[in-house]
Amino acid sequence: MLPSPNLENVALLGQIAVKSSTAVLLAALGEIVAERSGVLNLGLEGMLLLGALAGFAAGTATGNPGVALCAAALAGTLAGLVHAFFTVGLGANQVLSGLALTFLGAGLTGVLGRDLLGAPGLVLAPVPIAVLAQIPVLGAALFTQPLPTYLALALAPLLWWTLGHTRLGLIIRACGENASAAHAAGVPVRLVRYGCTCFGGALAGLGGAFLSLSYTPGWKEGLSAGQGWIAIAMVVFALWDPLRALGGALLFGALIAAQFAMQTESANWAPVWILRAMPYLLPIVVLALIFPGSRRRRYIGPPADLGRFFHPEG
Amino acid sequence: MISLRLAIESRDSSPLMRAVLSVLLALVAAGFLGSLAFALAGGEVSATWRALIKGALGSGYSLSEILLKAAPLTLTGLAVALCRHLNLWNIGAEGQFVFGALSACAVGLSMPPGWPAYLGLPLALAAAIAGGAAYSLGPALLKARLGVSEILSTLLLNYVALLFMEHLYFGPWRDPLGMGFPGTAELPQAVWLPALFGSRVHWGLPLALGLSGAVWLLLARTRWGFSARVLGLSPQAAAYAGFSSVSLTVTAMCLSGALAGLAGAGELLGVQHRLQDGLASGLGFTGIIVAFLARQNPLAVPLAALFLGGLLVGADQLQTELRLPGAVIATLQAALLFGFMLGEFLAGKRLRLKISASGNDHAS
Repeated sequence: MLPSPNLENVALLGQIAVKSSTAVLLAALGEIVAERSGVLNLGLEGMLLLGALAGFAAGTATGNPGVALCAAALAGTLAGLVHAFFTVGLGANQVLSGLALTFLGAGLTGVLGRDLLGAPGLVLAPVPIAVLAQIPVLGAALFTQPLPTYLALALAPLLWWTLGHTRLGLIIRACGENASAAHAAGVPVRLVRYGCTCFGGALAGLGGAFLSLSYTPGWKEGLSAGQGWIAIAMVVFALWDPLRALGGALLFGALIAAQFAMQTESANWAPVWILRAMPYLLPIVVLALIFPGSRRRRYIGPPADLGRFFHPEG
Repeated sequence: MISLRLAIESRDSSPLMRAVLSVLLALVAAGFLGSLAFALAGGEVSATWRALIKGALGSGYSLSEILLKAAPLTLTGLAVALCRHLNLWNIGAEGQFVFGALSACAVGLSMPPGWPAYLGLPLALAAAIAGGAAYSLGPALLKARLGVSEILSTLLLNYVALLFMEHLYFGPWRDPLGMGFPGTAELPQAVWLPALFGSRVHWGLPLALGLSGAVWLLLARTRWGFSARVLGLSPQAAAYAGFSSVSLTVTAMCLSGALAGLAGAGELLGVQHRLQDGLASGLGFTGIIVAFLARQNPLAVPLAALFLGGLLVGADQLQTELRLPGAVIATLQAALLFGFMLGEFLAGKRLRLKISASGNDHAS
């Protein structure tokens, strides 16, 4: 319980919770699409950093939010392309390639971003949405946010619908569940996987740009601070479902807001390290609890062909 | 019309050929990407490489620093390599490293003053082995009993361990006399790993070398190792032969955790002598690169560990001498991995120039 539960406080905490969920949500949504097509990408942390630096550099150079976000998405896409080239093209191990991408993102951004350390740059301020922003509490939480947050909130239901209820979604899921069958049905499996991995990269890049342009404005080395790993955990927690990822990300945001509240109220109703460890622990619990060995697991567990290389000639 | 075409074809190459080619290509790629990173960092490429090599091999001190780094890297590399023989991924060496160190630290902190080293040190090492093994027991049971991916569970538990360690040295274990400095008090000398020949290198190194031999023996020369490798190559064959995948998986992952836990104890008891920030500096993750460069061969792991140790020490020198960012090392590590994967691919292929004399090439 909050010591001073007035509306203003609740609204502020709601705003923090929703805002804090943005980068994790964007990266997790992209990863869900990639994994649903059969490609596991453990390189999210690296892609967040690449997007963060590209977005910040482009934003500082041009002062244009659109250009900044495009640059971040492009950087993420390129990183996704590298991962897809190695895993989908060459058949390299997906775990190894993802880890390599993590190292690459940390290394390249550390080297390239040296001159931008601590430099002032573009900041994406919250954009209140007319009328809606006036609603008490909800207005602040949902309708007074920076652009990438709106994007993330809108993408979750959109991707849920696309994956679950469209032909494109069916094609993507077929590639992840049974690549050989999809190939036999005429689906260009490798092309789909390339596309989904790059799309995942683009979203992670945008998530990174949100971090460097809005969440903690400015560039510093390793500014993603583990949010990429949390996004990977979020995909598991959400059982590969975009809408559940939205819920999970908001829960993560609420944990951040709770830590913030504890700091400002100098209260101590839970050890901080446990709050911070929750995003890593809960997904393991979820994995352990989803009906192990039962038939239902096939419908809500990981895609059957996740991590498996596919080559049309066998 | 004559057309020329480069084709990539599969070929069967010997395992030795594959090994040599993939490792060579990893080095070439690291050289190339590393040069690129040096150029981007604003240095002169050849001078930077010279500084890196000189930093790593230039003095007796730097050589001993390499040996110092090679000990934990050998252990975490073995931890990853052992699991790969069963087709399991242990990406949690970092977390098991931390838990090994925590357990050894708990022994050291609770030891009554005046205990002799012949009791204290073995107890601390045993605690580290137990701590590392216990920390991978959860993912092992989840994998063996419920089929939960050990890739995700071991990966995620790394961060739980790191947060828990931070909590301990910022909180309950903080040195009351440390003037607010986050870290435990210095551990009693009874649990220190003695140094070798008056250098900073400690007994963790011969221990790691001995264990690489032991892991090789275990895998290549024992019944357990045979069953484990069968399970890794074909779970169906293992089931048909009556090998228990549950017990093999659990023992392998616990052994793996114990190795990583020992690495953590080595850093704590041999180098830092107190639990503090910087104890876990990615040696667990780097173990993955070590294991792959050694191509999962336990006897080759120490060599790969020496190489990566040299890279770490050399890159440290680049930071202090040429003021290059520390991130250069991560770029080199990425280059090694990408180069390794490219080498693995190319080792199984050959390039052939195809000359065809027809004007109608579309049919092919």
